[in-house]
Amino acid sequence: MTTAVSILPEQQLAVLNAAYRRAVGRRRLRLLSGIVIFAAALLLAAIGAEVNLRTLFTYFGNFISYFDRILTLDNGQRVWTDVGEWLWGWRKWLKMLGETLLISYVGTLIGATLAFCLNFFAAENTSPAPWLRFTVRRLLEFARTVPGIVFALIFVIAFGLGPMAGVLAIAIHSTGALGKLFSEIVENADMKPVEGIRSTGASWLSCMRFAVVPQVTAGYASYALLRFEINVREASVMGFVGAGGIGQELVVAIRKFYYSDVSAILLTIIITVFIIDITTGWLRGRLFGGEART
Amino acid sequence: MTRPHEVDTRELRARYPDVFDRPASARLAMPAMIVAAFAILIYGLVDLDFSPSRFIAGLSQLGWISMMMIPPDPGSSLPIYLKALGETLSIALLGTTLAAVFALPVSLLAARNVVPSKLLRFPVRRVLDSIRGVDTLIWALVWINVVGLGPFAGVLAIAVSDFGAFGKLFSEAIEGADQKQVEGIRASGGSPLHEIRFGLLPQVLPVIAGQVLYFIESNTRSATIIGIVGAGGIGLQLAEQIRVLEWQKVSFLILMILVAVAAIDFISGKLRFAIIGRRAVA
Repeated sequence: MTTAVSILPEQQLAVLNAAYRRAVGRRRLRLLSGIVIFAAALLLAAIGAEVNLRTLFTYFGNFISYFDRILTLDNGQRVWTDVGEWLWGWRKWLKMLGETLLISYVGTLIGATLAFCLNFFAAENTSPAPWLRFTVRRLLEFARTVPGIVFALIFVIAFGLGPMAGVLAIAIHSTGALGKLFSEIVENADMKPVEGIRSTGASWLSCMRFAVVPQVTAGYASYALLRFEINVREASVMGFVGAGGIGQELVVAIRKFYYSDVSAILLTIIITVFIIDITTGWLRGRLFGGEART
Repeated sequence: MTRPHEVDTRELRARYPDVFDRPASARLAMPAMIVAAFAILIYGLVDLDFSPSRFIAGLSQLGWISMMMIPPDPGSSLPIYLKALGETLSIALLGTTLAAVFALPVSLLAARNVVPSKLLRFPVRRVLDSIRGVDTLIWALVWINVVGLGPFAGVLAIAVSDFGAFGKLFSEAIEGADQKQVEGIRASGGSPLHEIRFGLLPQVLPVIAGQVLYFIESNTRSATIIGIVGAGGIGLQLAEQIRVLEWQKVSFLILMILVAVAAIDFISGKLRFAIIGRRAVA
C-alpha cells in the first residue's frame, strides 16, 4: 500500500517548525532550571551535612574492614568456620528476639484496636460531627508524624526502662498510621447498607456494627498484618533507647566492639525479618486473596 | 397497622443451608482466632512486665511531663536548633539522592525483563533484601564506627538503607514498563544499552522521580531520629534535651519536626504532581 505524503508549503512549515522548537525549548529550559536548582540544593546540603569526600575516601577502607572484622572471630578465624563459637549466645539472643516479636505483636494489636475505635470518627462518611472528625484526624496525624522512637524516649522516662515503653511507643505510632489507612477504607465502603440499617431506626453504633464493619474487616486485617511487619523492624531498634528487645544487645555489642557478636545478632535480626515478611505475605494471600495484597 | 409479612423461615432454611446451618468449625473459626489473638496479648502483657500500677504511675508521670512541656520554648538555643534542622534536611536530601544514584544501575540487574537469568538476579535481590531488613538506626551505628560521629554518618546510613528499598522499587517499576518500546529499538538495530537508554528509561524515570521525592519526604522523618544514636541532625538535640529533662525545649523541638515534615510533605507533593501528574499519584 502506498500513501502520498503531502508536503506543506514552505511558509506554513516554517511557522509549525518555529512553534515546535519553542515548545521543545521551553521544556528543555524547565528541565535545565530544575536540574540547576536541584544541584544547588545538593551543594547546600553537602555543606550543611559536613560531607567530606576526603573523610569518605580515607575511611572507606574502614567500612570494608568493618565487615571484615565483624565476620572474624576472636581467634582470627572466619565466623562461618566455627558456627558454634559465632552464635555462642543464641539462647540469650533468641529470648531477646522473642521479646522483640512480642513487643511488636502487643504494640500492633493495641494500636490496631485503638485505630479501629477511632477511625469511624475520622472517616468523612461515618463521622457523627465535623468537629469530632477534625480533632480525631489531628490526633492521628500527630501520633504518626512523631517518630516511634521519640515516643519511646519519653516513655522510658515516664514508665521506666524496659519493654513497656517500647510497646506503648509502637502502639501509639501504629494507632496513627493505621487510623488513617482504616478511615480511608471506610470512606470507600458502600453506604447503601448503612442507609438500609438507619432506615430501621437503628443507632449510629448499630449502623457501624452491622453495615460498615462487615465490609471493611478484611482490609483492616490486611493493613494490620503489614503494620506488624514494619513494627518488627522498629522494635528491633527500640532497645537503643532502653525500651526492650534485641536492640539492647546489639547496641552493647556495637559500642563495646564485640565484632563477631554484631554480625551474629544482625544475622538473627535479618533472618527473623525475612521469616516474618514471608509468613505475613503468605497469610495475607491465604486470608484475603489477591485483591487485598498491595 | 398491618402485621409485617411473616417470613417462612423453614423454606428459607431449606433453600440457603450455607447461611442457616453453617458447620460448627466455620462458625467457631473466627471467635477461636480472636480468642487466640487475645490469649497471646495477655501472655505478652504478663511477659513484658505490664502491671496496672506501673501503667497508672507512668500515666500520671506522663501527664506531669505534658504539663511541663507547655508552653514550648527554645530558650536561648534557637539558632542551634535551626542549624540542626537544616542538617536534618541536608541528610535526608543527600542520603536519598546518593541512594537513588547507586540503586538505579543495580535495579536494572534485579529486573526480570533486563536480566533474564534467574541465577544472576537471585543474589542481587537477596542482597537488597538483607540491606532493607536492617533498620536505618542500625546502619547509622555502623557508619558512626566507620566515619565517626556527625551528620556525614547519617547521610551514609540513609543512603545505604534506602539503597535496599530503591533497588526493589525501581526494579519493580522497570518490570512494569512496556516491553514494546524496547522491542522497537531492538528491531531498529539498537544495542542493549540503547534499549535501556531509549526504550526503558523514558518510561520509568517519571515513576522513579515520584518515588525518590516520596522517599525524601519519609527520610526527613528518619533523619530526625538518627541523631538519637549520634548521627547528626535535630534528633541529637532532641535526645539530649529529653535526657536532661528540659521539657519545654523538647516540645519545641517536636513542634519544629512536625512543621518541617509538613512543609516537606507539601513541597514534594506539589513536585510529584508536577512530574507525573495528579492521577498517577493518587
